[in-house]
Amino acid sequence: MTIRLVVNGRPRDLEVAPHALLLDVLRDTLDLKGAKRSCDTQVCGACTVLVDGLAVSACTYLAVEADGRSVLTVEGLADGESLHPLQRAFVEAGAVQCGFCTSGMLLTAKAMLAENRTPTRDDVLHYLRGSLCRCTGYRKIVDAVLAAAETAR
Amino acid sequence: MLRPFTLHRPETAEEACALLAGLGEEAAAYAGGTELLLMMKLGLLRPRHLVDVKRIRGFGDIGLEPLSGRRLTIGAAVTHRAVEQSALVRARCPLVSSVARHVANVRVRNVGTVGGNLAFADPHSDLATLFLTLDASVELLSPRGRRELPLDDFVRGPWETSRASDELLGSVTLTPWASDTAAAYVKFGVHERPTLAVAAALRLDGTTGAGRNGRDRIVEARVAVGCVSLKPVRMAAAEARLTDLSIGDLDDAARAAADAAAAGVDPADDLYGSADYKREMVAVFVGRALRIAAARARGAESAARFPHTVVA
Ligand SMILES: Cc1cc2nc3c(=O)[nH]c(=O)nc-3n(C[C@H](O)[C@H](O)[C@H](O)COP(=O)(O)OP(=O)(O)OC[C@H]3O[C@@H](n4cnc5c(N)ncnc54)[C@H](O)[C@@H]3O)c2cc1C
Ligand code: FES
Ligand code: FES
Repeated sequence: MTIRLVVNGRPRDLEVAPHALLLDVLRDTLDLKGAKRSCDTQVCGACTVLVDGLAVSACTYLAVEADGRSVLTVEGLADGESLHPLQRAFVEAGAVQCGFCTSGMLLTAKAMLAENRTPTRDDVLHYLRGSLCRCTGYRKIVDAVLAAAETAR
Repeated sequence: MLRPFTLHRPETAEEACALLAGLGEEAAAYAGGTELLLMMKLGLLRPRHLVDVKRIRGFGDIGLEPLSGRRLTIGAAVTHRAVEQSALVRARCPLVSSVARHVANVRVRNVGTVGGNLAFADPHSDLATLFLTLDASVELLSPRGRRELPLDDFVRGPWETSRASDELLGSVTLTPWASDTAAAYVKFGVHERPTLAVAAALRLDGTTGAGRNGRDRIVEARVAVGCVSLKPVRMAAAEARLTDLSIGDLDDAARAAADAAAAGVDPADDLYGSADYKREMVAVFVGRALRIAAARARGAESAARFPHTVVA
């Protein structure tokens, strides 16, 4: 099937099989390796990308569903060499250790801030439920999201 | 990795049902795919055809049932997120919006649908548990026409429903509670899906004093327990123990009702815990749900917080 979508701001026409998963198309066809496959069952969030602004698990989402839509991966967050405010906040708060969860955390946080510009700590924890990090213990990730929200105000 | 399949995208229920009837066992209805694609990855289901229900007209709608003008109809392809954000759902069935906010994680809520949740009939379904207290009925569509079934008859057991293979779940219709109803939904779990879920609704009447608007007598109690029996169940014996009580007496009565609920479930040992543990937890959590509902009846929000527990 032919799908027409926008990936990180750039229009793309792709030929994909109905059973192709969005994660594989992003990683293998488009060489965007930011989204990771970990649990493959929608539990961990490492594969999170935004489709029309909504967080989805690319590991369990058919690529054909992205037809006519706009997909954002972590590679599309920075503006050239200049980091996105969330990325900067993650660096400053020390919210990145091994980095495996980071792209999913950043995109999930971006989706949350688009809905709620003044989140509380509880709001962040609620939204990040299902985004797992094995390294940081979460505190610094939540701090970073709150700091980014503060800066954006 | 998924095995190859053909994707069909009908725009009417007639077309979709004809496809399901024609393709038989080879086909599966596909909505968000949050369950179906997982089953396919594991090879537990190997459909050669997927029939996408998301483009079917009306399947994405939320509205009042035309006949009664009061009951709330949610289309099968409505996502959990859309339920959470619907002003109509919040106005008519506020607890349904709060529970929708706590289903799974945000990625599953953005994509997973109400119809997919009910048709999959996972015994750990929040919706099936809560909807039992809202006299839910489901609409089934097939080449033979349309039928409506109480939710309790639709869900037959774990991953088993009374849906025929050429039938589509079109919508679910809920009966909002009367205005003087205080309710709570409490779920406990350390895995993704809840280990235990309790929905409690108390309809109040009378003028004995303590409650909001002076209403204090429980004229009707509804208690449903999910996740521990083969399917979510209404707890008739517990409900009977609560009816006609005053809210002021609920603290004592809650224990008896909770014990009655624990006696009424049929748990099994599994990864979520032993049968004995689950039965004990049913008593604990039914008691908690009733006390939270009672506090709300008095216009207060219970400040109690419990580990690994969501209170909606
Ligand atoms: C990580 C995770 C956590 C979860 N946590 C919770 C939780 O806390 N509480 C809870 O209640 N649920 C939970 N769920 C379940 C979730 O609610 C369901 O996965 C979702 O609602 C299913 O909807 P879907 O549209 O993706 O269904 P699909 O995967 O598309 O379909 C599911 C099944 O229903 C059938 N089907 C779908 N639509 C129709 C239709 N219209 N007519 C007939 N058959 C149909 C399909 O053939 C398939 O067998 C969780 C799921 C995951 C993956
Ligand atoms: S890899 Fe997709 S959610 Fe874990
Ligand atoms: S930084 Fe290693 S998993 Fe989160």
